[in-house]
Amino acid sequence: MIDLPGLLPALPEIFLACAGMALLMIGVFHRGDATRLVSGLTVASFLVAALILIGVAEERVVSMNGLFIVDGFALFMKLLVLLGSALAVIMSLGFIEREQMARFEYPVLFLFATLGMLMLVSANDLISLYVGLELMSLSLYVVAAFRRDTVRSSEAGMKYFVLGAVSSGMLLYGASLVYGFAGTTNFDQLAAFTLDSTGIPPIGLIIGIVFISAGLAFKVSAVPFHMWTPDVYEGAPTPVTAFFAVAPKIAAMALFVRVLVGPFGDLAAQWQQIIVVTSLLSMILGAFAAINQRNIKRLMAYSSISHVGFALVGLAAGTPEGVRGVLIYMAIYLVMNVGTFACILCMRINGRMVEGIDDLAGLNKTNPLMAFALAVFMFSLAGIPPLAGFFGKLYVFMAAINAELYALAVIGVLSSVVASFYYLLIVKLMYFDEPSEAFDRPIGSGMSTILVGASVFNLFFILAPAPIVDAAGAAAGTLFNPPPAVLEAADAAAAVE
Amino acid sequence: MLHMPLLSLVTFVPLLGAAIIFFIARGPEEVIARNARWMALWTTGVTFLLSLFIWFNFDRTTAEFQFVERVEWFPALQISYHMGVDGISMMFVLLSTVLMPVCILASWDSIQDRVKEYMISFLILETMMVGMFCALDYVLFYVFFEGVLIPMFIIIGVWGHGERRVYAAFKFFLYTLLGSVLMMLALLAMYLQAGTTDIPTLLRTDFAYSMQIWLWLAMFASFAVKVPMWPVHTWLPDAHVQAPTAGSVILAGVLLKMGGYGFLRFSIPMLPEATEFFTPLIYALSVIAIIYTSLVAYAQENMKKLIAYSSIAHMGFATIGMFTLTTQGVQGSIFQMLSHGIVSAALFLLVGVVYDRLHSLDIDRYGGLIRNMPKYAAIFMLFMLASVGLPGTSGFVGEMLSLVGAFLVNTWVAALAAIGIILGAIYMLQLYRRVVFGKLEKDDVKRMVDLSPRELAMFAPLILLVLWMGIYPSSFIEVMDVSVANLIENYELALEARDGIAVAGR
Repeated sequence: MIDLPGLLPALPEIFLACAGMALLMIGVFHRGDATRLVSGLTVASFLVAALILIGVAEERVVSMNGLFIVDGFALFMKLLVLLGSALAVIMSLGFIEREQMARFEYPVLFLFATLGMLMLVSANDLISLYVGLELMSLSLYVVAAFRRDTVRSSEAGMKYFVLGAVSSGMLLYGASLVYGFAGTTNFDQLAAFTLDSTGIPPIGLIIGIVFISAGLAFKVSAVPFHMWTPDVYEGAPTPVTAFFAVAPKIAAMALFVRVLVGPFGDLAAQWQQIIVVTSLLSMILGAFAAINQRNIKRLMAYSSISHVGFALVGLAAGTPEGVRGVLIYMAIYLVMNVGTFACILCMRINGRMVEGIDDLAGLNKTNPLMAFALAVFMFSLAGIPPLAGFFGKLYVFMAAINAELYALAVIGVLSSVVASFYYLLIVKLMYFDEPSEAFDRPIGSGMSTILVGASVFNLFFILAPAPIVDAAGAAAGTLFNPPPAVLEAADAAAAVE
Repeated sequence: MLHMPLLSLVTFVPLLGAAIIFFIARGPEEVIARNARWMALWTTGVTFLLSLFIWFNFDRTTAEFQFVERVEWFPALQISYHMGVDGISMMFVLLSTVLMPVCILASWDSIQDRVKEYMISFLILETMMVGMFCALDYVLFYVFFEGVLIPMFIIIGVWGHGERRVYAAFKFFLYTLLGSVLMMLALLAMYLQAGTTDIPTLLRTDFAYSMQIWLWLAMFASFAVKVPMWPVHTWLPDAHVQAPTAGSVILAGVLLKMGGYGFLRFSIPMLPEATEFFTPLIYALSVIAIIYTSLVAYAQENMKKLIAYSSIAHMGFATIGMFTLTTQGVQGSIFQMLSHGIVSAALFLLVGVVYDRLHSLDIDRYGGLIRNMPKYAAIFMLFMLASVGLPGTSGFVGEMLSLVGAFLVNTWVAALAAIGIILGAIYMLQLYRRVVFGKLEKDDVKRMVDLSPRELAMFAPLILLVLWMGIYPSSFIEVMDVSVANLIENYELALEARDGIAVAGR
């Protein structure tokens, strides 16, 4: 029997699941085109879910027999995911209407993907992890191929599906190895197991961790599991790319952190080298491979690879400061990317979307405000103070230096210099070059609001960094040293079974 | 006066001005441009007047930081918004605020395209520069230090007048960024050791010798590029040649001093043992810079490039002087930087004046200007001689003191550096001869008119300062005297303490 208090921590997810089904009903029974209505309601459900999330927030609750966990870390990441998803839905609306892909399933798929992400962030067991991951991935496969009558979009969906399935398989294989050698799938019990077995952990467990890491690296698109990213980013409809770049990355990164730091935290010496290498390769490849890209979506794909590398620097440190760095980095990354993709979505000439970076030439003369906003995002992505992106880097590198990962830090900052080249290239195109053709105007009030909001955040983060930094610090703290009482309770629950 | 956050005002008034220009009422292009110009001039003027309050209220008898302001910024991390000046940084603040109105005047007619954005960039630049010299927190310093890159990149790239302006802008940005990010790692390592980024606290923190070496190298990467020292100077000639006149003025006048200031504020006092270890390196690089770039300057056919190379040589005197760690050397070094800030700024303005008329930087395109531009020729002569180091001008005092400092510690360095003075006289006199003397033959050169009142107005303060600094240097030296003495004393104490430990350990 399920007792009701056990459900309370999962209330936001339950609400979203019900809302998703209700929205499908509305879509079917509404006369005429329901896309606009359903999109609005989707955003509203995200808002309500966020409010419930804040309302039921507690210190650290494990429920559903240890499958589901809510703590400060989950709260922080879920709010980011909900924000990212809501903005992606808002940015999509104009696009899907113009491109004749306005079907009410579109926002609902976003909603289900988001639901999967929320479950992912709250997973406290390898089983619930997999369920959340698949719910997210399946919805994402479909939206990637949503424009099914264009080859590019279908190809992107197909590619994403095949490679995604491989990565899920690897993750599942790793999970089964872990289960085989540790005898449990529950994170708390795994943590207890690895604590006991410090010294020589079973080799099968290590291989299991490697496979799980590989599967998760695919989801965050870290090198060497990044190959899908440029193609999917380029092929998928632009608002879907915007969604891909933000919410799923944040959720997968949250999971990455939780899995490695939580159950396998005592094996840090084992997994640290994997993360260090992945992080290094991501930063370097992301920096060099983007230099020659002429398509802005591909460029952003490589940029996101390098940013994942920077975020992983924090995880490689494996300390509370490191996790705090990851959280701050992802929060800032979200805003920078949403802003950049809002600009990309505004790149239309005579009603046709353009994606070449050369189309940005002379934007400063044709649309100064948009050029200014995009320049702010570019400098922020490059990590130049006083913009927000700098502080993200500051915190992850602080953690890396503290963990004595000097080589990682030095190569990391040097690759950030290389990466700044292509961000500067875009600024150069907009400011130094002569205009070619002006983009269509107006860009719409939703888009302008997002642009202004994101620029203001990037410009003025420096004035009041404390709220985000403190929240991230507190959230990271909950991931480490859970109170012993909770551990005992988990053990007791396990014993009863 | 004491209750006013004077330094914050001086730092952020330009930003306020930039914001006002940004939101300036829409209208015809010319109206916006005119308003932007006047607004920028007023803002920089007010900033300069405010900075005079610092000069007059500055207590010259203490080495403590003054006008200190402190606000919590990252409460959990011991990083605060902490501002203050001592005798060293105060002069650089004034140098920045003096040069800014001059820059705005210099751009009055020559910038016609996107004037609003231009003025905004310059005002943001001023905030960054002044903030950097006032910052008493390492993170805050770093934010300003690197923040300078953004407006400067835009200024060179958008309003630069060379064909290779994009290349120059990228080179400038990437070179400087490469150095800066390494300094960021040094900053973080120091933070983790000391638990704070508060500069006065860091000045009292002892770092292990092995750590000092690495920290010193990381900072050197950043400051050496900024100074710039040979062999990482190559961005400078490119940036100067391509930048608009006012951009060159700020580059030479203030941006180069950021590197020298960084050595004085961070490398030397915080890492004394590493400084002692690396002093020969600095001497070697500086001497090479002085001789090599002087020769290169002599070979230039482009006026701006010539002055750019001469800047590298003059900054070489400054780096030698400060690393002698003698009273004369350090004072001479600071004096040399201030003097060079004014003289090179004026020289770039002088080049800008003729460029505005003829749109050429080729030395050969000119000649005989003394006949149709006598006022110009007179002013040019003053600054040319100041650059050479004629007694009575500011250049003499700086070079003289630096060399005296060098003689006290190392005769060879002083002797080799002195060759640079001779070479400097050769290429500057040569430049002057080819541009100003000779026959006035070319028709377009004949049509050039002498300085306008606006141009005279922008040279007037610089002339005044060069003569004042040359004839009565005490009024500037007494400001830095105590701070410099304090710097040297702490340095020697740190070395003695180390030697004491070494002796005790034996």
